[in-house]
Amino acid sequence: MNPTDLVDHAYLRDDIPPFRPGDTLKVHVRVVEGTRERIQVFQGAVIRRQGSGARETFSVRKVSFGVGVERTFPVHSPIISKIEMVTEGDVRRAKLYYLRDRVGKAAKIKERRAAR
Amino acid sequence: MATKAIVGEKVGMTQIFDEENRVVPVTVVKVAPVRVVQVKTPEREGYSALQVTYGVRRAGALTKPEAGHFTRAGVDPGSRLVELRVDDTTGYSVGQEIDATVLTKGEKVDVTAISKGKGFAGGMKRHNFKGQGGAHGNHKKHRAPGSIGACATPARVFKGTRMAGHMGHERVTTLNLEVVEADAERQIVLVKGAVPGPRGSLVVLREAVKGGVR
Repeated sequence: MNPTDLVDHAYLRDDIPPFRPGDTLKVHVRVVEGTRERIQVFQGAVIRRQGSGARETFSVRKVSFGVGVERTFPVHSPIISKIEMVTEGDVRRAKLYYLRDRVGKAAKIKERRAAR
Repeated sequence: MATKAIVGEKVGMTQIFDEENRVVPVTVVKVAPVRVVQVKTPEREGYSALQVTYGVRRAGALTKPEAGHFTRAGVDPGSRLVELRVDDTTGYSVGQEIDATVLTKGEKVDVTAISKGKGFAGGMKRHNFKGQGGAHGNHKKHRAPGSIGACATPARVFKGTRMAGHMGHERVTTLNLEVVEADAERQIVLVKGAVPGPRGSLVVLREAVKGGVR
């Protein structure tokens, strides 16, 4: 237990599904434009998950119009309205940085078939 | 000088989310209620301050002078005595309890503590010297300070010349940190940003004395 858990506790979310690097997620992000708020979906593969407790973050990578886009979110951030699991990936590393150097079929992540 | 102050223990750093869902780095300070043991006044002691204690200490661990001091004040012995300098001691009395409610959210505070000791540190770490080149024939002088003065005139090194030496473990005050949360019930104060000292060390929070509109 960390000494700061007493503070962190109030900010932890329990509605985040368990996911790990290699999984493809739909991250529903709250976007505030002036006074209006809308939901934007960011879909891509989780390439990293780091930190622990309230400070934990994860990065999602997608290729948009041929350009790789990566976004890092705090796992417990209130700007995430929902995380949807699309596919579970079968990967052998915790950090999937090698995907950055790959395009097309080589950048594909094998899907995990068996139950966890 | 400050009009109010309180003492606490540094717990550690974490982060929280504010109303606009932004991440705010905070230092958690455990602020247990403190008891006033002595009120120092300009008439008697020559300056105004509050001597406070917090926590508990068993009677056997007290020296006789300490025990007498606590008995005279009629205050339960605490783990240590801390002096808080304040402008004006009117409104404070011996035996009074002060807790985290003296601080409010959004208020600016100065935080004083003993910084982490760094041991004997070189000029680069201690005074942000630039050091010297890594190549071009430099040999075993990469982090050396360079010249520390001239030659036959003045034929000595000036006092105060910055050199390597002991760094850290000194009293440091960080000014104008924002109070993000002050919860007397949970005995917790959250201060935005970093606070000097290692975890578990004593920190003194006082109302900011410089900057901003008072």
